[in-house]
Amino acid sequence: MNAPAPIFGPALLDLAGDFPILARPVRGRRLAYLDNGATTQKPQAVIDAMEAFYGQSNANIHRGVHWLSQHATDLYEQARERVRVLLNAADAQEIVFTRGTTESINLVAQTWGQRLRAGDEILVTTLEHHSNIVPWQLLCERTGAVLRAAAVTDTGEIDMADFRALLGPRTRLVAVAHVSNALGTINPVDEIVRLAREAGALVLIDGAQAVAHQAVDVQALDCDFYAFSGHKLYGPTGIGALYARASILAELPPWQGGGDMIRTVSFEGTTYADGPQRFEAGTPNIGGSIVMGAAIDYLLEVGLERVAAHESALLAEATERMLELPGIRIVGTAPRKAGILSFLVEGIHPHDLGTILDTEGVAIRAGHHCAMPLMTRFGIPGTVRASFALYNESRDIDALVAGVRKAQKLFGV
Amino acid sequence: MDEQHDGLRELYQEVIFDHNRNPRNFHAMADASHRADGHNPLCGDQLTVYARLRDGVIDEVSFVGHGCAISKASASLMTEAVRGCRVEEAEALFRDVHAMLTEAHPDCDLGKLEVLSGVREFPSRVKCATLAWHTLHNAITLARDTARTE
Repeated sequence: MNAPAPIFGPALLDLAGDFPILARPVRGRRLAYLDNGATTQKPQAVIDAMEAFYGQSNANIHRGVHWLSQHATDLYEQARERVRVLLNAADAQEIVFTRGTTESINLVAQTWGQRLRAGDEILVTTLEHHSNIVPWQLLCERTGAVLRAAAVTDTGEIDMADFRALLGPRTRLVAVAHVSNALGTINPVDEIVRLAREAGALVLIDGAQAVAHQAVDVQALDCDFYAFSGHKLYGPTGIGALYARASILAELPPWQGGGDMIRTVSFEGTTYADGPQRFEAGTPNIGGSIVMGAAIDYLLEVGLERVAAHESALLAEATERMLELPGIRIVGTAPRKAGILSFLVEGIHPHDLGTILDTEGVAIRAGHHCAMPLMTRFGIPGTVRASFALYNESRDIDALVAGVRKAQKLFGV
Repeated sequence: MDEQHDGLRELYQEVIFDHNRNPRNFHAMADASHRADGHNPLCGDQLTVYARLRDGVIDEVSFVGHGCAISKASASLMTEAVRGCRVEEAEALFRDVHAMLTEAHPDCDLGKLEVLSGVREFPSRVKCATLAWHTLHNAITLARDTARTE
């Protein structure tokens, strides 16, 4: 047997060649995977890290006196440090491991949210993913707080005049996507944080569609919470993280009760652990956290500036080439967009187009993208969404364009 | 793989396009005795099915709404197929259509409705083809809830 591969370390940096799944045909065609907004594929370095962890390092953490337990604990805490680096947080103790963006947001709603009172307001926007709407609706139902949603313009940007109008002394929290998952709009989060600060509100940023596509710096942003998922940054499903500013995290009540989140337990009264441990009850997703750490290593090794430039070029090329076809309507035309192209083809329902593209080996998403209020805003049932990642190439766009033309021919439009 | 072999031609037959472009019985019915709404939240398909029943026979049936070519064509074909049927016959037809859409070797001859059989190769589209049928079922059995095919 070969020596175990290091879990963290330099990746292969062969981009498309690093991702074994891209070599498998789908429906007899070369796979053009353009559904990265839903989840990204995994590089060999991440797959190897999973094998290395379970093959060489698996044990429970924070409790064993034995060597392997300490080893696994070290790897787990090193992974937390990698998340800190990714977000440029001041301290790794500001990083809580969660199941993903959705759980991160629910954690905030269920802990910080306990302090809300009737009449308090939470401000979101019309372009949010359901996971940044529904947890706040549930919280409002429990507390009598009120959920407000800033309007979106025809280009798919947050209407900042409406945002400013809705932001007021009752606003306790602003919760907004860094990048719109449905349209790709990069939201002006710096300005949003500044305005929220002036109004005395905290800010949560849903970074699910941002962290794998551009450099994020929570200290420069000055936000209070930042949530993301591992599987959208080339890591495994079921793991993600929540950044919470240290001073705020220290004040949050415990969330789920159980092992690991306590200091001492007695029937007279239990005391709770400090820092992220207080929110990581029970045996956490140790393997997932560590493998996500390996995915972060891979991503940082490739370099987020390089990724952003590559995806920006792909978006420009795809936009230009799609608009050369007849009957194309692009939904979301903001000047600042991440690598997401949402569109409609006249005379072809998104679902029909999705099936036809699938027979060409082109994986896209068709539907409302878990952003039904946004679809309602545009008066459409859904769109077709092509979303790019660091391994996409021009030939993926060739396949997309050819597939759309095939659909138009088939439908006679 | 050629167009002929990727299942697309079987899925999108001319009859499907015809019913998608010119759906039959595509109107609301003011004097319907039964109606139900159907919704597929996953893809946004939404329709309403109307029926006028007399002595357990579907005298008239129509629909309105929007959706993909498969859901619209299936709804249109359904209205043609169930008109004049007894309620039990319409229900039996739904079971046969469902079998045709989901089973490898369905044991039934569905005549014109067989143009929908290409859906079998695309499991993610079965819910598109069955939405109208679920909705009709709800309408004529007087279930109150919106039919869903998530």
